[in-house]
Amino acid sequence: MKLVVVSAGLSSPSSTRLLADRLTAATLGQVDAEAEVIELRDLATEIAQHFVTGFPPARLAAALDAVAAADGLIAVTPVFAASYSGLFKSFFDVIDKDALTGKPVLVGATGGTARHSLVTEHALRPLFTYLRALVLPTAVYAASEDWGAEGLAQRITRAGRELARFMAPSTDESSEDTAGRSTNEAGPSATATAAAAAPDVDTAAAIAPRSLHGAITSVDPAAGFEVVPFAQRLAALRPAD
Amino acid sequence: MQFGIFTVGDVTVDPTTGRAPSEHERIKAMLAIALKAEEVGLDVFATGEHHNPPFVPSSPTTMLGYIAARTERLILSTSTTLITTNDPVKIAEDFAMLQHLADGRVDVMMGRGNTGPVYPWFGKDIRDGIDLAVENYALLRRLWDEDVVTWKGKFRTPLQSFTSTPRPLDGVAPFVWHGSIRSPEIAEQAAYYGDGFFHNNIFWPASHTKQMVSLYRQRYAHYGHGTPEQAIVGLGGQVFMRKNSQDAVREFRPYFDNAPVYGHGPSLEEFTSQTPLTVGSPQEVIERTLSFREYVGDYQRQLFLMDHAGLPLKTVLEQLDLLGEEVVPVLRKEFANLKPANVPDAPTHAARVAARNTEVGTA
Repeated sequence: MKLVVVSAGLSSPSSTRLLADRLTAATLGQVDAEAEVIELRDLATEIAQHFVTGFPPARLAAALDAVAAADGLIAVTPVFAASYSGLFKSFFDVIDKDALTGKPVLVGATGGTARHSLVTEHALRPLFTYLRALVLPTAVYAASEDWGAEGLAQRITRAGRELARFMAPSTDESSEDTAGRSTNEAGPSATATAAAAAPDVDTAAAIAPRSLHGAITSVDPAAGFEVVPFAQRLAALRPAD
Repeated sequence: MQFGIFTVGDVTVDPTTGRAPSEHERIKAMLAIALKAEEVGLDVFATGEHHNPPFVPSSPTTMLGYIAARTERLILSTSTTLITTNDPVKIAEDFAMLQHLADGRVDVMMGRGNTGPVYPWFGKDIRDGIDLAVENYALLRRLWDEDVVTWKGKFRTPLQSFTSTPRPLDGVAPFVWHGSIRSPEIAEQAAYYGDGFFHNNIFWPASHTKQMVSLYRQRYAHYGHGTPEQAIVGLGGQVFMRKNSQDAVREFRPYFDNAPVYGHGPSLEEFTSQTPLTVGSPQEVIERTLSFREYVGDYQRQLFLMDHAGLPLKTVLEQLDLLGEEVVPVLRKEFANLKPANVPDAPTHAARVAARNTEVGTA
């Protein structure tokens, strides 16, 4: 399984990246997946070029493809002017509109003050809902003071466990009623319980073929285009006599 | 194979002087460029159609009619004619009239137009773009191919026993290209009718052009018009040349950096590596252009964009000299050597009339 982590932190070291890494570790403790981190700072110029030219340069195309192919996504942004950063929004502005459909997404944000705590709810959650992602109930906000306080670690663990549960496909329906009962222990037994509790995300929406309209995130000549036969399109326009 | 130029007809400030031509100057420059195309031995001149500033060519057949009277060999075409917002009856009439004026040296490229506000100005909705292209072209086809048409559709007032005049020259309508950058529906439409498919090719990576052309070729064969290799393909290209590569880069860079479509984005070097744009010596242009067939197969028409981004007329005419004298003669020879025998030549009116006569004779 593939976990992709998008971090929009700009400084180095970055507290946004730190939160992203902790969320990643919390998730990987619960599900067997391979993580790939995408630092948007490295793609800032290519994102701007995509806006101007209409196509993604190579590294950005690879990042967009990785997100589209991921089984789960962690997306973390610093708070700028009471919302996600412009760079963070820009990345999700150029992604294919169907790339996140049905995908479990864990959102996180960092800021200098706890007054921005609800940014995950009023800014991040609607963005990913618009993109038809499965936004997890637990979002994690970390203000400067949270890094030294109790509570953040528990929120991170809970969020990671949730993402792991939604990434893992359901294998055993008989243990369905154990949903949510697993305690904090990591390891195979917890993974199995989490897997058993996962809802069916393998729906028509989740596996819908991706359209090539909007941003191109993948160029595969074999599977790229769906064609409606021309006669059918023409017939649909013919008025009834 | 046919070689030519296509123009957008933009009025753009020359970034090296800060001055923009007047509309009148730009229109006259487009005419001078078209006449130069014939003088240097090119085959095709195609003009865009726009209904909003900073573009001037709103009335392509008027302009092409003038050029027809001043030229003898040049094929006159468009890039593109708006099949969505123009009345298909008027397209049928205008281009049939142009065929007669130009003794058949006419074809046309259909396009949808990408400017949202233009649609409501002509009473249409951009969300109907594909459907408009489908219905309007189906009607246009009938108006050219049938003498008397009774028709009812979704977007236009019905026609009862209508004859579009004048009838196409020699009873053979202008050859049609369908231009699209990213709509598979249009590649499908071109394939269905056995018409040509033109990919602008210049703004996006080659992998995308390849994908669209490949879809068109497959569907062309699906509809029984021939093998995929026999489908009729045209491509755009964009070049700036000087004898020395470094001179070309130095001179073109301010125009590139401020160009309306891609300016203020990637660097010239990035964009030339990502797209077919070639800035360098005539030899580099030859090599790059020959490489197009490696991803679209053997094709019939190559049009270059030469007069945009505020380049002065004098510079554009110098570019056309280089294109006609040093580039196209080599490309003609090389492409001809590479082309297998079963790949058809580019369509001309004379060849299409001859093919129709053969068909009628054997029927």
